[in-house]
Amino acid sequence: MTLREIVNLLDATVHTGENRLDEEITQAFASDLMSEVLTLTDTPLLITGLCNMQTIRTCDMATLDYALIVRNKKPTDEMLELAEDNDMVILSCRYSMFRTCGILYQAGLKPLY
Amino acid sequence: MHQEYTIIEGDFVNAGKASSSVKKTLKQLNVDPTVVKRVVVALYEAEVNAIAHAYGGKVLVDIDEDKINMVVADKGPGIPDIAMAMQEGYSTARPEVRDMGFGAGMGLPNMQKNVDKLNVTSEVGVGTTVEMEVNFN
Repeated sequence: MTLREIVNLLDATVHTGENRLDEEITQAFASDLMSEVLTLTDTPLLITGLCNMQTIRTCDMATLDYALIVRNKKPTDEMLELAEDNDMVILSCRYSMFRTCGILYQAGLKPLY
Repeated sequence: MHQEYTIIEGDFVNAGKASSSVKKTLKQLNVDPTVVKRVVVALYEAEVNAIAHAYGGKVLVDIDEDKINMVVADKGPGIPDIAMAMQEGYSTARPEVRDMGFGAGMGLPNMQKNVDKLNVTSEVGVGTTVEMEVNFN
């Protein structure tokens, strides 16, 4: 599915990467633990409840281009500046991690493992 | 090419700055992206560890034609039992480290998985030095 479909399904906010919303996403990985994210060899959509600079830095190191922040947390200007520098798409939604994953799984997004 | 970065205790906002800068350099040098990822993941974990556990330190990076050598040396409490610290899941991290998305006992194991050579030396009450080497080919 496209990022735009994900945004619509979750009524999500697009913070950065508006120009990349038509890109296709097939897999997602959900974690609040950045060391776990750093073990990934693929590059799925990251769904996370962690909303700080390390979320963006971890995506940069793990070469992840898309992050979806859940539980109604709002990324800071500093986070978004770094995300823009790295040409990342940052989304956020008000739903919990469980609900977010449930909606996206039901819509056909595949788990990484 | 030699690069140096300073690590400040508890400076979580800047954790990863050195790794980010090394990533840019390696990309400019056209190093294989898979190798770049291994290098920066290992260095990032080491940076986070030094910021989380120590009272400050240095990151020294030397890039040759065929390999990168990274040293993260901190002044801090040291590691009493390195073998135990190398075990996945073993952690002594404070709650604020966990709030940053780290502290699950995966740092040193993640470093080991991504580098070709890892050497950890530590003296309790003095500090810890992590030396890592990754070959480009």
